[in-house]
Amino acid sequence: MPNILVIAEMLDGKVRKSTHSAITFARNAGGTFSILVLGQGAKAAAAEVTGFGAQKVLVCDDPYLANPVAERFAPTIAAVAKSGFDVVAVTASSFGKDVAPRVAGKLGAGYAPDISGVKDEGGKLVYKRPVFAGNAYATCTINTPVQVVSARQSEFSAAEPSGGASPVEDVALAAKDAAAERIEYLGLSAAKSERPDLGEARVIVAGGRALKEQFATVLDPLANLLGAAVGASRAACDAGYAPAELQVGQTGRVVAPRLYFAIGISGAIQHLAGMKGSKTIVAINKDPDAPIFQVADYGLVADLFNAVPELVTELKKATG
Amino acid sequence: MKILVPLKRVADPDNANKVKVNAGKIETTGLEWKPNPFDEYAVETALRLTENGANPKARLGEVIVVTFGPKETETTLRGALATGADKAIRIDATDEQLDGDVVARALKALIEKEKPDLVLAGKQAVDGDSNQVGQLLAEYLGWPQATFAGTIKSEDDKALVVGREVDGGTINLKVTLPAVVTVDLRIVAPTSVSSKHSPAHKYPEGVRFAALMAIMAAKKKPLTEIKLADLVSDAALKITYTGFELPPARKAGIKVTSVPELVEKLKSEAKAL
Ligand SMILES: Cc1cc2nc3c(=O)[nH]c(=O)nc-3n(C[C@H](O)[C@H](O)[C@H](O)COP(=O)(O)OP(=O)(O)OC[C@H]3O[C@@H](n4cnc5c(N)ncnc54)[C@H](O)[C@@H]3O)c2cc1C
Repeated sequence: MPNILVIAEMLDGKVRKSTHSAITFARNAGGTFSILVLGQGAKAAAAEVTGFGAQKVLVCDDPYLANPVAERFAPTIAAVAKSGFDVVAVTASSFGKDVAPRVAGKLGAGYAPDISGVKDEGGKLVYKRPVFAGNAYATCTINTPVQVVSARQSEFSAAEPSGGASPVEDVALAAKDAAAERIEYLGLSAAKSERPDLGEARVIVAGGRALKEQFATVLDPLANLLGAAVGASRAACDAGYAPAELQVGQTGRVVAPRLYFAIGISGAIQHLAGMKGSKTIVAINKDPDAPIFQVADYGLVADLFNAVPELVTELKKATG
Repeated sequence: MKILVPLKRVADPDNANKVKVNAGKIETTGLEWKPNPFDEYAVETALRLTENGANPKARLGEVIVVTFGPKETETTLRGALATGADKAIRIDATDEQLDGDVVARALKALIEKEKPDLVLAGKQAVDGDSNQVGQLLAEYLGWPQATFAGTIKSEDDKALVVGREVDGGTINLKVTLPAVVTVDLRIVAPTSVSSKHSPAHKYPEGVRFAALMAIMAAKKKPLTEIKLADLVSDAALKITYTGFELPPARKAGIKVTSVPELVEKLKSEAKAL
C-alpha cells in the first residue's frame, strides 16, 4: 500500500483547484496520502484541503516560496518525500511539469509524466499515459523505490471533500539550492479574465484561425451566455487573434469539459490531443470534410459568422 | 556564446493518426522519421542567438547538436548542420537503452566535457510527450532552468530574460548562465529571440531551411560518435514500458442541418445545456 505525498499548487494565497486532480490520483492509487501545501500563505491555505481524507496536511509557509520557481520548491518537496513517502504526485499543470522532474532528480526517482490512470497490481503501481499526441496509450511502471508522477487534470476529475479534518503540521524549508540563486523572478503577466480556468470549465467555446480579428466579438457572447471558458487553436494564437494561454492541444492545455465547441477549427491531431476527452463535442465548420467532424458528436456545416450569432439567439430562447 | 542542443528524431507526427499498435508494441515499420519539431525550434533559437539576423552567414558563436541513436540518426544531425550548426555528436544507443533519465545523465557527462554556456532543448518530444529531459538535466548539473520559453532576450550573453508560457499567462525570469532552457512553439515567431548581435531583427515565421549548397557543405562539418557506456556507467532504466494500446474510439457523431436542430439535440439528447 503506497504512502503518497500530494503536492498542492498555490496561486494568490489559495490552493489551486487543479490540486484536486492529484488528490483523486492518490485516492485511486489506494493506500494513504498526505498533502504538502507550500508557498507564501500556505498556513492559511492549508484549511482548504483538510477535508479530503489526508492523513496529514503538511505546511511550509515561507516568503522564499512566494513565486513558482522550480529551483526553490524542489528541495523542500524532496526533503518531505524522504520522510516516508513512496510516491510524490502533482497535477500536470505547467507548475507540476516544471518542478516534478527536478524533484525526481533529487530523489533518484523515476518520473511518469502526464498519467491518465493508475492501478495497484499486486503491490506494484501500474500507470497509463497518453503518447503520440494521445493517439496511443502506454502502460508503464517505475523501477525505483520512490516514484514521482504528474496526473492529468482532464483524466482525474476534481476530488470532492470527504469530511473529517486532517491534522495540520509544519515542515521546515529545506536547504536552498545554489541554482535558485541564478534565477530572478520578474513577474507573471496574465490577461485578467472573469471566465473560469480552461482546466476547470464545464463548457469551453474554442475558436480557430477562421475567426480572424473577430475572435472575441464572435465568441464572447456565446461564452458569456454559457458561463464558458474560451479556448483557441494554435493557429488562432499564433496569428494573435487570441492570447497564447488559451491554446488547447498537445502543447497547450488539455481539457475535458462536459461541452466543447470547436468553431472554425480544422481538427489537426495536435488540437484533438487536447480536447478529445470532452464529453460532448460540437463542431461548426464550413468545410464538410474537416477532420474535426470525425470526433464531433454534433457537426454543423455552416459559415460560423452566421451560425454563431444564430446559436446565441436560439440558446437564449431555449434556456429562457 | 556556446550552445548545446539535444535533438531527437520522432515518427512523423503528421502520420501519427496512423500510429499502429501491434501485440502491445508501437509498430515502427513504415513510419517516416522527422526531427522532433520542438528540437528544430531549439536549433533555430540557438542559431538566432549566435548571429546577426541581417548577416546570418557570419556565425558569432558555436552551436553543437547532439542525438542519441543508431547510425541512421546521423541524418537528423546532418540536417541541423546544414541549417548552420557547427558540429554534431551522436551518442550511439538503441531505443531500448534509453529513457529520459539515461538521456539526461548522459547529457550531463557530455556537457561537463563540452562546457556550453547554454543548453537549449525542445520542451517535449512529440512521440513520448514526456516533457522531462531539460528539467532533469538542469537538476543533475545544478543549473537553473527556464522551461516552456516563448521568448528569449540575451543582452550580454551572461544572462537571459525568458518569457515562459504557463497555464495562466507568461512568467518572466532572468536566468544567469550556464542554464537549461526548453522552448515552446512561439519561440520561432519573428521577434521572439533577440541578442546583442541582433537586437531588433525580424525573422520570417518558423525555422529556416537549408540551401542545397549548405547541405553539401554540412557533409564536411565534424560529426563524432560517442558510446553511451562512455558517458553513463549505470545503464539501469528508471521507467519500463510494458505495453501500448489505441485509445478508445469515440462513438460516431451526426451532422445536424440547422442551428435550431443543434440546440434541440444539445438540450434533449446530450443534456449538455
Ligand atoms: C509541434 C506542434 C505542436 C502543435 N500544437 C498544437 C496545439 O497544442 N494546439 C493546436 O490547436 N494546434 C497545434 N499545432 C498546430 C496544428 O497542427 C494546426 O496547425 C492548428 O491546430 C490549426 O489551427 P486551426 O484549425 O485554427 O486553423 P486551420 O487549420 O487553418 O483551420 C481553419 C478551419 O476553419 C474553417 N473555416 C474557415 N472559414 C470559416 C468560416 N467562415 N466558417 C466556418 N469555418 C470556417 C476551415 O474550413 C478550416 O477547417 C501544433 C503543431 C505542431 C507542429
